[in-house]
Amino acid sequence: MNRKNGTDMAGAATGAERETLLLMGNEAIARGALEAGVGVAAGYPGNPSSEIVAAIAQAAGKMNVYAEWSVNEKVALEVAAAASLTGVRALCAMKQNGLNVALDFLANLNLTGVESGLVVAVCDDPGGISSTNEQDSRHAAKVLDLPLLEPAFVEEARDMARWAFDLSEKIRNVCILRSVTRISHARQNVRLGELPARRPRSRFDTSKRYASIAMTTPPVFHRALHENLEKVRCEFETSPFNRYDGPDRPELLIVTCGSGWLYSLDAVSALSAGRRVGILKLGTTWPLPRSFVGQRLLAAAKVLVAEEIDAFLEGNLKEMACEIAPGRPIAFFGKTSGHIHPFGELNPDSVTHAIARILGMRHRGRPASYQKKAETALKEIVPPRALQFCAGCPHRATFWAVKNAIAMDGRDGFVAGDIGCYSMALTSTGFSQIKTVHAMGSGMGLASGLGKLDRFGFDQPVVAVCGDSTFFHAVIPALVNAVHSRSDIVLVILDNAGTAMTGFQPHPGIGTSAMGDEAPPIDIEAVCRALGAAVVVTDPYDIAGTTEKMLDLLGRKGPPRVLLARRECALAKARREKPAYRVLVDGGRCKGELCGCNRFCVRVFRCPGLRWDREAQKAEVDEAICVGCGVCADICPESAISREALP
Amino acid sequence: MRFPKGHTFNLIIAGTGGQGNIMVSKLLGEAAVKEGCMVTIGETYGASQRGGSVASHVRISRKTLHGPLVPEGAAHLILGLEPVEALRMLALVGGPRTTVITNVRPIHPMSVAMGEARYPAMDEIKAAIASLSQRAVYLDAFAIANDLGLPLLANMVMAGALIGSGLLPVPQEGVERRIGLNFQEAAAAQNLKALRLGAVAVKAAMAVDATHQKQEEPWPLK
Repeated sequence: MNRKNGTDMAGAATGAERETLLLMGNEAIARGALEAGVGVAAGYPGNPSSEIVAAIAQAAGKMNVYAEWSVNEKVALEVAAAASLTGVRALCAMKQNGLNVALDFLANLNLTGVESGLVVAVCDDPGGISSTNEQDSRHAAKVLDLPLLEPAFVEEARDMARWAFDLSEKIRNVCILRSVTRISHARQNVRLGELPARRPRSRFDTSKRYASIAMTTPPVFHRALHENLEKVRCEFETSPFNRYDGPDRPELLIVTCGSGWLYSLDAVSALSAGRRVGILKLGTTWPLPRSFVGQRLLAAAKVLVAEEIDAFLEGNLKEMACEIAPGRPIAFFGKTSGHIHPFGELNPDSVTHAIARILGMRHRGRPASYQKKAETALKEIVPPRALQFCAGCPHRATFWAVKNAIAMDGRDGFVAGDIGCYSMALTSTGFSQIKTVHAMGSGMGLASGLGKLDRFGFDQPVVAVCGDSTFFHAVIPALVNAVHSRSDIVLVILDNAGTAMTGFQPHPGIGTSAMGDEAPPIDIEAVCRALGAAVVVTDPYDIAGTTEKMLDLLGRKGPPRVLLARRECALAKARREKPAYRVLVDGGRCKGELCGCNRFCVRVFRCPGLRWDREAQKAEVDEAICVGCGVCADICPESAISREALP
Repeated sequence: MRFPKGHTFNLIIAGTGGQGNIMVSKLLGEAAVKEGCMVTIGETYGASQRGGSVASHVRISRKTLHGPLVPEGAAHLILGLEPVEALRMLALVGGPRTTVITNVRPIHPMSVAMGEARYPAMDEIKAAIASLSQRAVYLDAFAIANDLGLPLLANMVMAGALIGSGLLPVPQEGVERRIGLNFQEAAAAQNLKALRLGAVAVKAAMAVDATHQKQEEPWPLK
């Protein structure tokens, strides 16, 4: 469906002032940065944050902007900080897991401070929709004594991103902008602002130094941070990002931030409770503007806090209540009281139920009879739909070969997994081969340790897997570790030529940059060889060959061996090229249930391009889904599946 | 204070990863913005392209900002790109007054291929949809797209069906303009063709069921 190259985000990047566009939250953050005159944007792709750097990269042709996909989040923040220290405004974007990677640098950068505006945009993923965890990044702002902004709707995300640079410059320190999936990936109207004609000049002032190292007494820096935070608090007291709507003395005060605000508005509307409930929306959530918030807290006897993930705001409000009104009873409701789940996503219904429960209102939801029918339909008619590798995915073929090699090897080997599409090999789509998944690079790190346990009787073969982008991000140090410690393991690198999970962003192994320029690709095979690992290259679509190579590598004793499974992502390829093969099931040869293979192709191999025709009791190709890779022709025991090369 | 009140159209587009759900919601949303509407779209996205359920929540009003998720029972219309996904979203956020327009071509989940779950018969799906909706319209968007030689454009046929139904306050020309802006020339022409075929096909499909169901008025934008 050839999209126009870049049309997706071009509006956000270069749209004219006063035009109203439907923008994604992440595009709005990018637009805000551009309206603030950002010069450098760096990040590592990770949903729900990936579109921020991508949208800024779109502007590179028209403005003097530099955008890059860095090797990981720590380096991305260092790249962004370099710009800030020399007088250029910079933004660094990441998901919540990425903040952990960047934290080591950030926990020192906050001590040295910055020069030009530096904004860290971190997008949390409540419910872990596309993440391994649902960590709440806001705690970092408190730990690091940095200001925290939380947009509640898409246009505000633009406004906040733009203003965050001014605030950062005012306090000469980093400003954290925290978004969530339902803001970052929501689309709403945004009226575009002016793109400035700033021409910043970059220069490092050698009369200054930026070092957090304790040559002087370290508390000096820490004290300065606290003084700064007090300045920020005063600034926040009159911020337009905070507002109150509702009666002067509401029966119930909802204090909310981020996506919770619109859910609260929807909930109060659904209950027609506008005369009883007030909504205090906070955009500046650390440090809290004490006077502004305190005045509202004191006017309410009951307070419900609606926020995503942890009870961060709730805890800080309770702390404040103790300070400003000691002895005055305020009943707090929220995640601690159990009125809102302390895990998973917030939604309009959960806020509605919480309000109704606190005020003793009856929420007229769907009729009971309807509710019952709906639940029955979901339970008895609608089948579950699990995630799976796409049709033609090279990972399916690789894991098939790994599974067979481990089985033939016969010593109860297993796979330590990593972060990417291939994490799905935890489940049946990858034959449940992966047994561990944690952080980027952790599969290789765990493997490095596992391969040293022979002295304790450990004798199982260990396989680590990682993707090409993950290899650069965090696997290289772990591989160095394994080589140096002679850890007895096999690393399988699933090189599908891009960061597939997050939208095919380039990485250091690819010959293009985020801005579409040519870039020198770094050769994964050469890196592994230079480190001293034995490397075997394979094409996953060659199942027999890959299985044989894998079995051989498992059998060799000694230092780390690398199987480099190279085959471009089938989705990326299908977007560009026509299918290689026409795949057919020969109805005469497919013996169906009589075969003894027990529907091997659809039950075990499970490419979604194949389905089981219940009437005919035979396999068939689903031409709406098949991408024509032809791999399944190799797995049918009766050779009933065939492939014809297409011109 | 201005709490959101009435006059908001809540559309759910239900499908599976890789069907082009998000592109349809984006085109409709952009066209509505150009009509001067306030639009909010929420989309489940992490699972897209990987065979999971994908739903777009499209909320269109004159000027009220809404949350990105349609509350339970508040969906006015469910556009199904796949029949059990239409039923799934109907059961999750639909209500007795919800209208359903859905493609009838199934995409089997892995659980069905493996024999762990059963894909329901079309009659069973239709009966369940009928019992949970005010009105349901069915068409084979895959067959229409496949006849064009473009099986991937079933999503655009369904977008056309939605526009052709007259139930959404967005004009066809507006959506066609957005297609022109979002795709390269050749692809735009194909998408337009699919959209127009869908708009025609839905009228026939609606005529069939109009004999036994009462005609619903288009939603008034105030």
